[in-house]
This record gives sequence, structure tokens and C-alpha cells, in this order.
Amino acid sequence: MSPQSHPTTTNDAAVNEIRRLIARHKTWDGLFGLLGIVTLLSALLVFATLFGQMLVNGLPHLSWEFFTSFPSRRAASAGILSAWVGTVLVMLVTTLVAVPLGVGAGIYLEEYAARNLLTDIIEINVTNLAGVPSIIYGLLALGLFVYQFGLGQSIAAAGLTLALLILPVVIVATREAIRTIPQNIREGAYACGATKWQMVAHHIIPYSLPGIMTGVIIGLARAIGETAPIITIGALTFIAFLPPSPFGDAEHLLSFEWLLAPFTVMPIQMFNWISRPEEAFQANAAAAGLILVVMTLSMNAIAIWIRHHFRKKIKW
Amino acid sequence: MSIANTLTAKPTAELKARANALNFYYGNFQALKNIDFPVEKNQVTALIGPSGCGKSTFLRCFNRMHDLYPNMRYEGEILLYPDGVNIVDRQVDPIEVRMRISMVFQKPNPFPKSIYENVAYGLRVRGVRNRSLIDEKVEEALRAAALWGEVKDRLGDLAFNLSGGQQQRLCIARALATDPEMLLFDEPTSALDPIATAKIEELVSELKERVTILIVTHNMQQAARVSAYTAFMYIGELIEFDDTKKIFTNPSSKLTEEYITGRFG
Repeated sequence: MSPQSHPTTTNDAAVNEIRRLIARHKTWDGLFGLLGIVTLLSALLVFATLFGQMLVNGLPHLSWEFFTSFPSRRAASAGILSAWVGTVLVMLVTTLVAVPLGVGAGIYLEEYAARNLLTDIIEINVTNLAGVPSIIYGLLALGLFVYQFGLGQSIAAAGLTLALLILPVVIVATREAIRTIPQNIREGAYACGATKWQMVAHHIIPYSLPGIMTGVIIGLARAIGETAPIITIGALTFIAFLPPSPFGDAEHLLSFEWLLAPFTVMPIQMFNWISRPEEAFQANAAAAGLILVVMTLSMNAIAIWIRHHFRKKIKW
Repeated sequence: MSIANTLTAKPTAELKARANALNFYYGNFQALKNIDFPVEKNQVTALIGPSGCGKSTFLRCFNRMHDLYPNMRYEGEILLYPDGVNIVDRQVDPIEVRMRISMVFQKPNPFPKSIYENVAYGLRVRGVRNRSLIDEKVEEALRAAALWGEVKDRLGDLAFNLSGGQQQRLCIARALATDPEMLLFDEPTSALDPIATAKIEELVSELKERVTILIVTHNMQQAARVSAYTAFMYIGELIEFDDTKKIFTNPSSKLTEEYITGRFG
């Protein structure tokens, strides 16, 4: 303490009391910080262990042939060709269905819908849909898409099922992205004489696009690993052929036969291999799992990159 | 009524707009009460009054901004001359009104687009595709908003990179690019520093040559500096309307006098 500040004994006692109090409060700060690190590390450690084990088991099995071979009875020559092609095609259908429906619904709810009881009920339902177990979607799809619409156990049926599954995610992401756009931007557009659709097309959609894309990718990253609903609608577990090519002959440039083809996807291929008794197939499952995890993580990475890249451009 | 007398006493005065017995309701709350109000062509008319007096509400009737929100109702009329259409009539499309009467907001609200696209937006909305015409209009509007010199070499830059004052002048350019008949200013300088404020005030005084101006301000000195007429509003009512000089030197109403001398508000 500096000599100019006339310390008195009573003052010293008060200051010491304050310091003791702060020291005691800070102990809790430290304790909570420690607790946080422990919980975080244990969560990370579990994932790291799983991933590490998959690396050790699966990595030796990864080769070019693994991607270009069909599944086989012999573990050494079995590959994931039909599985990854199936996954890509199912995801394609899912994206093409879920994005327009989800974005459209989100824009409608935020910009067009009147605030009334009906809108409230729809909103509550959309939010709750995100929490419905995925196997329920599988059952619904089995009845609706597979039998009612007669799509059979096809890529189209699986794509529609997963689209249904991620629709709430896309709707919620769209609405949240739209809500970050300040009201004075809307008023500015209207003041220039814009109609509602011009305002939506010129402002709402472009400014919310990064948020929407992030939501779509996170939804797809969830859908790519879904197994239960796909098994429910009857995906095959062993499939040694590819769906018909989407690029047709000279007469029909694009062919849509593949939509109705039977298929398998990555998680189902894994599930199939894991349930085999032979040790060698377990390694195949680990290798396929590794690829699935890398696919999911890279999708999430893209989502994060998009968010950061565009956030720099648009600030309110 | 004294309001009518002020303008009718001047035979040269040409009206751009006039509110007749205008009432406005937010749900059951009456925000504007029986307002009669003239706007002279090519002049600046200022609206002053304490917070919540309805001056912004009144201003926003002129471009039907209230129509964006539910549960509101206009009664009475605002006639826009020379054609005398009642712009608060339910039958009149608010978009048509907004195409004739532009607005500059309290907080600069440029779009997250380039400087050029911000100014061109009104033309894009009107479906103008002729590139050279848009170029010409953008330059002319930026010159009129005293911003051309500062941005002419970086029209492609994002509008957010401009300073607050520049952004507000950009919003003025955006409003001018479509040659509106009337320009509404809703406390345009409340978010700006004194230097930027002075520039906007100067601009407002210049712009009256090309467009009729209605400005809401909480700053009485600003009203005194830029306007020819001033209206004092209080709790949804128009208390006094007169020549700005008269309002600030010899107001007829006790309430106006108390407000301009700073006894309340």
C-alpha cells in the first residue's frame, strides 16, 4: 500500500476481510473450471477411444479396392461399392426433397403466416417432429411410401423417409436464419416499393442462405448415419450390383430408373458385417465406420466453414 | 382553424399533401387524433414533440409502413397532390404509395450488398434493366446525396464498409434514385455524430429543390435550421402548426412554448 493513502488499522481490517471473501469466492471459480475440463475431457476421450480403435482395426483394410468392390462372402475381397453409391444416391434424393420443402415452409412461417392459433399449432408440431424417434419415421414410410405409393424398397422410398426425418431440422434452421435479419432491412426494402415476394427473393433468401445451408448440411450429416428407418423400410443388407446409371443413352439423357432400384447404405453394410461371426468382417466394419465418420465430420466442417465465411460478409 | 390559415394566407403556396381528420389506431389504442396538416410543395416541414407523441407514427402513415403490421387502422385521409389520391385509403395499394413517397430511417439501414446495388435497388424493383440508365441514375442519386466523390472509385464495395454518416447518405441516395415526389425522414441523424449530422442537415436543405420533405426530429435546433414549417405534436394530437420562425419565437400555444423552452419532453 502506498504511504500517501493514510492507512488506519480499521481500514486494514476491512480490506483484509474483502480480500478473504474474494479468495473464498475464487476457489469456487477454480473448482468449476476444473469440473468443466474433466467432463469435457471424458466426453472427448470416449470419442477418441472409439475413433482410435476404429483406426487401428480399419485402417489396414482401407484400399482402393475397398471402395470399388461389392460385398463378398470372403472378407478380404469385400468392399463398400454398393453401400457408398447407395448412400450418395439416397442423400441426393433427401436433399432434393428436404431443401425446397423445408426452406419453403420456413419462409412461409416467418414471413407470410399470420400470427394465429393455427400457426402456433403448426409451429409446436414442427418443433416436436424433430424429437420423434427415427424408427417411427421408418414405420410411417413403410406404410406410406413403400406400400401406399408403391415405391417398394427403393432408393426413392429411403430418400423420402430421410427427407421427412430432417425436414424439421431444415425448417428450424431456415427460421432461425431468417430471424437474424433485422426488421429495418425489411422496412428498407418495402420503402423502395418492393412487394413481399421481391423482399423475400432479393433479401430474405440471400441473407439467410448461409444459415440455411449450415442447417441442411447438419441435417444431412444426421441422415447419413441413420440406420433404423432404412432397415424398417427394408433396405437389403447384401447387395452385389449397382442401381441403373442416372445418365441414360442418347435417346433419354437422364434416366430415373435408379430411383426405384433396391439399395443398401453405409450404416447397413456396417451393421451386416458386425453381425458376422468372422473376425475379418469386424475389420471391414471398422473400415466402413471410419469412412462414415470421416464423411460426417467433413460435412460438419463444411457447415462450420460456410458459417464463418459468410458471417464475415454480413454483419447487422 | 389556425393551421389552414397559415397556408391559405399565402396565395403562392402549393400543397403537396394534406391530412384531413386523420386518426390512426394500434388495435384499440388511438395513436393519432384528428390531425389536419398541410405539406407545402418543395419545402421542408418538420415534426417535433416529446417521445411517444405520435410524430413517427404520423410520418409512417405517409408511406403506409404501418400496413406491414397487423391490427392497425387508418381513418380520415391524406391527400397526395396533384392528383389528390387518398393514400391511406384501403383501396389504394401501399406499394403504389411507397413508389411515390420514399423514406429514410432513423438508423442507417443499407442492404448487405454493394454501394451500387443499394442505390439501384428501387430501379431493380421497378424492373429497370437498361444498364446505362441504371448507371446514370445511380451516379445522379449519389451526387444528389453528396456521396459521389467519396464512393465513385469503389461502387462495388459492400455498403457496410462505409461510415455511419456515409451509410445514411447512401440511404438518402437509395431513396432519391427513383425520383420520388416526397421524401420522409424519420430522425435521420439520431444515430450520427455532429459532423455527419451537419452534412445531412445541409443535404436536407438542398434537396427541397427537387423533392418535398417531411422530417421527424427530436432535435429542436435541427427543426429550426432545416425547415420552413414546424408542427408540434403531443400525445397523438397536433398542437400547433406554423412557420418555423413563429413556432420558435412566438408560439401561440402554451404547451408548445413549454416544450421548446425545455420545460418538458
